[in-house]
Amino acid sequence: MIPLGEVVELEIPPTMEYLDLARVVVSAAASVDPAFPPSRVSDLRLAVSELCANAIESHQRADNDEPLTIRCDLDDDRVTIEIEDHGGGFDPDALSPMPHATDPSRLERERGLGIPLVRTLADDVEFLVKDDGTTVRVVLFHPNGDGR
Amino acid sequence: MSRYEEVAVEDRDGWRVLRLAGEVDVATAPRLRDRLVQLITEGPPRLVVDLSGLTFIDSMGLGALVSGLKRARALDGDLRLAGPTDHVAKVLSITRLDKAFLVGDTVEAALAGSPG
Repeated sequence: MIPLGEVVELEIPPTMEYLDLARVVVSAAASVDPAFPPSRVSDLRLAVSELCANAIESHQRADNDEPLTIRCDLDDDRVTIEIEDHGGGFDPDALSPMPHATDPSRLERERGLGIPLVRTLADDVEFLVKDDGTTVRVVLFHPNGDGR
Repeated sequence: MSRYEEVAVEDRDGWRVLRLAGEVDVATAPRLRDRLVQLITEGPPRLVVDLSGLTFIDSMGLGALVSGLKRARALDGDLRLAGPTDHVAKVLSITRLDKAFLVGDTVEAALAGSPG
């Protein structure tokens, strides 16, 4: 049992085979709080998976086999996840916008859906770019926890 | 390691129905993409993917479905989706792919070409 206010920290090697471990640990941690409903756990699970996949890709591009660090912080009104990589930095603003669904070019975009998905699923997403990598902080509030 | 299972492939009314279970992520999406393209190329280019047993799909998994859709339409066919769970339906809606695919509540609805 993880008490509220505690931080769960996980390190994973930068290979895609560890993605489901990250999903399982974060989902289990967030599920501890009964005020955080299964639908939000599903949102969190997908957001973490997308962000870890990006981080792993950045490590692979940088040929860096250091582990990624995933921190899960449970508070009364929110779950905060931080994913810290050493993959050389990432500029989320460099992503080109997604064409509209009715635009024929939309189906040419088989990639690049991940960050827009995360931005929609999470209540707050912050990219902190450092010299050697990126820390992404994602916040999901409990239902009504942010007054909504 | 995450994995998805191919539970069944059936032929129905000139369509193929592929039933999936488990999780599709970036590690397993290439295998799904190859399988969809294989089914569409070998059989009639009309495929319904039954998602009712799928508990997780990420953006790369969605990309695999889009690959299949493009291949099917290039062959004057279609790829339709059926029975997404609430979360998968939400993800399809966020990405607006529910407008690109015909998504049926059930396999029968997808075969009939209607959402419900």
